[in-house]
Amino acid sequence: MRWVNRHVSRGDRLLLGAVPILLLVLLYLFLAAQRHAANQFDKILPLPDGMTKAMSGLLFQPDQLTGQLLFWADTLASLERLGIGLGIATLAALLVGLVLGILPPVRATFGPLVTGIAVIPPIALLPILFIALGLGETAKVALIVIGIAPVMVRDIAAHVAALPREQIIKAQTLGASSWQIMIRVALPQAMPRLLHAVRLSLGPAWVFLISAEAIASDIGLGYRIFLVRRYLSMDVIIPYVAWIALLAVVMDLSLTFLSQRLFPWAHGVSH
Amino acid sequence: MSALLSLRDVWIEYGEKIVLERVTIDIEEGSFVSIIGPSGAGKSSLLRLILGQEAATRGSILLDGMPLTPECGPDRGVVFQRYSVFPHLSALRNTVFGLECAQSPLLARLFGRARSAAVEEATEMLDAVGLGDSLHLYPAQLSGGMQQRLAIAQALIKRPRILLLDEPFGALDPGIRSDMHRLITRLWRDYSLTIIMVTHDIHEAFNLGTRVLALDKRRHDPHAPHRFGATAVYDLALRKRASDAAGEEAIAAPENGDRHHEEKIGHG
Repeated sequence: MRWVNRHVSRGDRLLLGAVPILLLVLLYLFLAAQRHAANQFDKILPLPDGMTKAMSGLLFQPDQLTGQLLFWADTLASLERLGIGLGIATLAALLVGLVLGILPPVRATFGPLVTGIAVIPPIALLPILFIALGLGETAKVALIVIGIAPVMVRDIAAHVAALPREQIIKAQTLGASSWQIMIRVALPQAMPRLLHAVRLSLGPAWVFLISAEAIASDIGLGYRIFLVRRYLSMDVIIPYVAWIALLAVVMDLSLTFLSQRLFPWAHGVSH
Repeated sequence: MSALLSLRDVWIEYGEKIVLERVTIDIEEGSFVSIIGPSGAGKSSLLRLILGQEAATRGSILLDGMPLTPECGPDRGVVFQRYSVFPHLSALRNTVFGLECAQSPLLARLFGRARSAAVEEATEMLDAVGLGDSLHLYPAQLSGGMQQRLAIAQALIKRPRILLLDEPFGALDPGIRSDMHRLITRLWRDYSLTIIMVTHDIHEAFNLGTRVLALDKRRHDPHAPHRFGATAVYDLALRKRASDAAGEEAIAAPENGDRHHEEKIGHG
């Protein structure tokens, strides 16, 4: 049987998907054990018990200076920045993308501006943001928004503009105005695409969050990673990175689930 | 004889290229006009012109004696070959959409009693096209023929003065196509429609139409083929009134009492 025709059942998929991850974990443990055999104080590849010890301090013991449980305070601070940034970017993408996509005069007026903003590397704007907005939360959220919103706006605008012309004509023959076409024809069809755009923007959003936190912050997952780097604390960095990966995966999966639940028509229902 | 729609010396030009030239047609109320012609003869351009999707370069178009604005409106319904239904709405909501747009300018949604009245009207319309059992399915869950039935129901609920069909059955297989022919003939008679249909299928054009218009170029310049446009080269009035069509259908299918039986819905 050709490999292109081999379909994998759900159970087998889980099993097969777990194999490379487990292999990587095993490889890491093997290398770490090897290094520890040579030097029991090795810091570069910490063993699981070392990570547990280091993390339990951050997880369960209040910080002497602030009295906070640092791991949870970091997570909360980062998720708050990420959430506000993603929320603003998503809302902007929906509103601006929809209007740009469906109304040709608006597209002609603001299309070049959006394209211009989108091609600026956001990190290059970070100094401007810090100067203009200070080193507080606003600048970090603004970096995330500026980093991901233009791409999302362009994606939604292109998607709406690519709706079949027949549909727009048909809506007009049914008596729909520009406004009615926007809210009843374009908006609902842009929604699944919007969730998809958010999913794809999660990666860049994390990049901008960690960058902003690394440069100027006093709390957050990115801040902690860059802080403990000075002490070569791989036993904190590796669990933090794994935790970030887990958070990102959960967000991605829940967006997929949400899209399938809310918009079944966009996910290949067929007769 | 008062014409419902009249085109007077209409030209369509795209820059240098002339698509239609000197088209003068009168279309009577209640007629079923088939438009045929080779590819590139401007059949679809003519349809878009009547639909209001594009404007004539020269000439005038009158609907009920009033000049036609070059914008689509609810007085002219349309069914395209594809993409004429909204994929994100169920069959019922696709059909209710036209009523919602007229009655609720701001939200384009109806609530309470107005909504149930609209739903009832839409259900009736879907029953008439044979989709009574598929009210809550999305278009992707319907076969090609059923999607076209839905597109027809969606257009008819606005009671358009003219129904425009742009190769509506071109993508369907032959068995389903003949079901659709019976359906459109019945709807044309029951709702006293005026239909203009563009088609590639010459049998379809003669079977359904009360009048067949053939578009083609009268003149041809081999050095500049784009400088002459097409016009109506044949205009055949078929002696087929609505009553005749009904008679024919009665002969074709004796149990005319229950029309829904003879039109199977294709689940292709």
